[in-house]
Amino acid sequence: MLAKLMSFFLLGLIRVLTGAQARWHGCPPKAEQRIYFANHQSHADLVMIWAALPKELRSVTRAIAAKDYWTKSPFKQWLTSKVFNVIYVSRDRTSDEDPLEPLLDALENGDSIILFPEGTRGHFEEPQAFKAGLYNLALKCPKAVLVPAWINNVQHVLPKGEVVPVPVLCSVTFGAPIQVQDGEECKPFLARARSAVMALREV
Amino acid sequence: MYHYLKNLTPTQQIGALFIIVFGLLLLASVIAFVLSIRDHGDDERAEQWRTELKSVDGIIRTSWLMVFVFWIGWVTGDWVSLTLFGLVSFFALREFLTLSPTRRGDHRSLVLAFFVVLPLQYWLVGSEHFDMFAVFIPVYVFLALPLTSALSNDPVRFLERNAKLQWGIMVCIYGMSHVPALLMLDFPGYDNKNAFLVFFLVMVVQVCTVVQHLASRKWQHAPVAPAISQSFNWRSWWTGILTASVFGALLAGITPWVPGTAFAFSFIACLAGSMGHFVMKALKRDRGIPSWGTQGRSVTGAGGLLDRVDALCFAAPVFFHSAKWYFGI
Repeated sequence: MLAKLMSFFLLGLIRVLTGAQARWHGCPPKAEQRIYFANHQSHADLVMIWAALPKELRSVTRAIAAKDYWTKSPFKQWLTSKVFNVIYVSRDRTSDEDPLEPLLDALENGDSIILFPEGTRGHFEEPQAFKAGLYNLALKCPKAVLVPAWINNVQHVLPKGEVVPVPVLCSVTFGAPIQVQDGEECKPFLARARSAVMALREV
Repeated sequence: MYHYLKNLTPTQQIGALFIIVFGLLLLASVIAFVLSIRDHGDDERAEQWRTELKSVDGIIRTSWLMVFVFWIGWVTGDWVSLTLFGLVSFFALREFLTLSPTRRGDHRSLVLAFFVVLPLQYWLVGSEHFDMFAVFIPVYVFLALPLTSALSNDPVRFLERNAKLQWGIMVCIYGMSHVPALLMLDFPGYDNKNAFLVFFLVMVVQVCTVVQHLASRKWQHAPVAPAISQSFNWRSWWTGILTASVFGALLAGITPWVPGTAFAFSFIACLAGSMGHFVMKALKRDRGIPSWGTQGRSVTGAGGLLDRVDALCFAAPVFFHSAKWYFGI
């Protein structure tokens, strides 16, 4: 109940502040299993994609969040697990479990996922190099459709270190799906994925 | 008919006005719909027809929205209409600043602009602090905002960033807030009918814009400043202003003025409005986009609200202050 209210509140807030517009270029919003991958510049990115997706897709699309950061306080944990229903991934390499394990579980359940392949928030206009996670996921779950997305302007809403957000229109542009070609190596694929995301800037 | 309307109370008159306007809008919508289902043999002409209709449709839809907003404002009282205009300011400023990107160092100034300056300005309007509301932004805010920016320790393109923000505030908050301010003026012998004056201003400016647009379509004259607007030429400009002013004179019955004065006031409002619209076009060209709205190549998802209200933002302050001056209040 409380989680539902919170999600309504956040949806309203993000719409007033940013417009939360989704622009579908290259693929329509569709109920199929998808891996959305996008540039990452702000904490609000997750909320932004989540708000931009149509209601029907929102409930079956789960974002990925770093376990150490987002379970630090009870509120953060409640917000990410109950409201956003994220998938936690541990960033430390010491644990022997495969960091992709929880993602594969979710994909097995039929959920779609939102991935930020840069691994961390960037400070520049251009996204950093993508990490291998996207490639490995794509290989292990070939039936999921890989949809690139470009999140525009969110970093202006709430820059690092600020508390009060300002209203600036933002949008998420979804592009044409890409695939791992037969025998394609990791590096070239990641470069291709990154340029697919960046190409959406100009659309 | 005229005498019947004249004998109604102000409230009934305004109500009748809304019924007439809603009726006209309904008629326009129906005509647009009927035209849209007309059959065309020629594909190319049909395509042209469709784009033409689409822009007309946009205008009709905005008009519906505007009239509806006025109606709500009139039914529910001054504070609600102030809030509604405040929201228009908010969304217009959001659009303005989205297409004139700011830097990280501007964050605090933006917070001030949206969450302090905007509500304060509308509060000053609502509480009828007319002297303060006229100088609050140009005198106080314009000195305080650069200070906030300077304190954020980012000198890169300082003047440019501040100019953008201050301009946005001037057009979207200061200009816009003069429209509801008309509701607060106490005109001698014109009690409770101020909503008519707001309606008068909006109608006249809107008519001017539309006629100018249609006239520039009809006569392809050499544009005055082709780098800024391909359609702006003196002939359609005059046509627009004169037509709207004559229209304003016809509306004199709902204003505190005789037709001649109403003509003069419409003339002033249209002059300021059409020039303002042109200035905003120059701003858009500077950003490299055809409009603030979705037709632009921008990736922002702006709704184009600013395109619709920019003429009003320029016309309202001039109109407001000339009316104030005319009555010596």
